[in-house]
Amino acid sequence: MSLSLTKAFRTAGSTPAKGPGVLAGAPRLVRLAIPPFVTLAVILGIWLTITYVILAPERRFLMPPPHEIAKVGFLDPANRAQMLSALLLSTQVAMVGLVIATVIGVSVAVVMSQARAIERALYPYAVVLQTIPILALVPLIGFWFEFGFTSRVIVCVLIALFPLIANTLFGLQSVDAAHHDLFTLHGASRWERLVKLQFPAALPALFTGLRIAAGLSVIGAVVGDMFFMQGQPGIGTLLDLYRSRLQSEQLFAAIFLSSLLGIVVFSAFGLLGRLVVGSWSTFGGGSGRER
Amino acid sequence: MSASAEAVPATAAARSTSPSALRFEGVSKRFSTGTLALDAIDLTVDAGEFVSVVGPSGCGKSTLLRLASGLSQATAGAVVTGDVRVSYVFQDPTLLPWRTVLGNVELVGELAKLPRSERREKALRIIKLVGLEGFERQRPGQLSGGMQMRVSLARALLLDPGLFLFDEPFGALDEMTRERLGDELQQLFHSRRFAGLFITHSVAEAVFLSTRVVVMSARPGQIVADVEIPFDYPRSTELRFTPEFAKMTGVVSAALRRKGKGELT
Ligand SMILES: Nc1ncnc2c1ncn2[C@@H]1O[C@H](COP(=O)(O)OP(=O)(O)OP(=O)(O)O)[C@@H](O)[C@H]1O
Ligand SMILES: [Mg+2]
Repeated sequence: MSLSLTKAFRTAGSTPAKGPGVLAGAPRLVRLAIPPFVTLAVILGIWLTITYVILAPERRFLMPPPHEIAKVGFLDPANRAQMLSALLLSTQVAMVGLVIATVIGVSVAVVMSQARAIERALYPYAVVLQTIPILALVPLIGFWFEFGFTSRVIVCVLIALFPLIANTLFGLQSVDAAHHDLFTLHGASRWERLVKLQFPAALPALFTGLRIAAGLSVIGAVVGDMFFMQGQPGIGTLLDLYRSRLQSEQLFAAIFLSSLLGIVVFSAFGLLGRLVVGSWSTFGGGSGRER
Repeated sequence: MSASAEAVPATAAARSTSPSALRFEGVSKRFSTGTLALDAIDLTVDAGEFVSVVGPSGCGKSTLLRLASGLSQATAGAVVTGDVRVSYVFQDPTLLPWRTVLGNVELVGELAKLPRSERREKALRIIKLVGLEGFERQRPGQLSGGMQMRVSLARALLLDPGLFLFDEPFGALDEMTRERLGDELQQLFHSRRFAGLFITHSVAEAVFLSTRVVVMSARPGQIVADVEIPFDYPRSTELRFTPEFAKMTGVVSAALRRKGKGELT
């Protein structure tokens, strides 16, 4: 029995069904980097095919080739400066919104965690906040707060708030009953229980929420730009402008930059989470053990 | 743990100046679900006594400890604890994963408002006592199960408890680790002479550690035997292999089989 099992295991192990086959022996970095590069090459291939084979020259602006995008969008100093300053503004909007959303979200979650009645009073509205299309509120926000920086930040806050409330609350409530018993036995006050037990226990969930919220906040900033055209242009403003002028190289470059911002923000908050709680929790896929 | 979720407590745990560290007087516990977990328990643990409780699974042993610690209230009778600090060692180490070994041990000192320097100094001494010197800055996730249990023991020792409650603390450990920790706990008891109430599934562990072993019946839990263990402290590991030891475990096992309806797991 055990012999045949071992055999079966060996056979399974030696089949290059996954992973170790093709790139075995290559350095780790190369092994990790090659598969995404292959994907990228395939995508570029399809892209160029569409541009040069499928599209007629007069319709080529629908899908300009990558090198044209780089040339017009990134290498032209005027375009580049315009886009980078817009990107900077959007980043500021997104981060200010995220900070405000974090402060509000964590506070609301802490308050909810202190009494069932408060949770029941507030949670339905937090869910409502999540379900109403924020876009539908945007004109109203513009009415009330003008069409500049403040309004853009408010859109970010509204869009990023729910994951922060929900994840923090989940974390605060995920504490073991035995840990609560320990604190009860030693006469811990409500405040000590919150600060020494619930809040640290909630940190991994809080960072999960923060990472999601950061991505949403970037979306909020870009969407807000498209509606609030006053003041300095954000990257979303430029997207709309390039679209209306059919400047497709710049449009593609701006799309690329906003995606990059989303990726950078998502990774940065993932990294921050790993730095803060990675040594003891499984945040971000780490084992929390072998460090 | 809300009192309203259970039936109205007849008598709350009271503190008195009685010499006993812990006294159960006709204590019953019925849960709101209707389960009668404990029925008319009378049990006294004096300072300097180490009492183990063995009994079939589900007979109310953990309930007994929760009552003793005040985490839960009796529905009849009285639980009286002397004027002593109570420490509770749970079945699981119950450590805070974000705190270091030192931080975990210091926690109860923080909650008891010990001055910082005193609690640091005591914690370091006790960590050394349980054999974890050099691991002060590690997190629980980096320790083995046995080491985590030592941290839990150290934490319980920090406040110099007069009454020590243990709920199967070594249940999840392998036999060798378990015996070694048993040896050390018995040494600790010998040097400090607190009052101990120790829940276990192992008759041998109960006999080795205790001055008395109490046998409980299946639910509703009642005390069906109370066996004095005559061996002197400190007890050596070899005691486990003597005929006298075998005889005592035989007595306890017989009581369990007679009344515990056999399902000792
Ligand atoms: N909070 C509760 N609500 C309702 N019933 C409970 C509760 N806690 C325990 N019980 C019941 O009381 C009885 C005794 O439980 P207890 O946990 O004290 O048993 P135990 O002797 O510690 O068992 P084990 O040896 O398996 O740990 C069980 O039948 C259990 O189902
Ligand atoms: Mg139990």
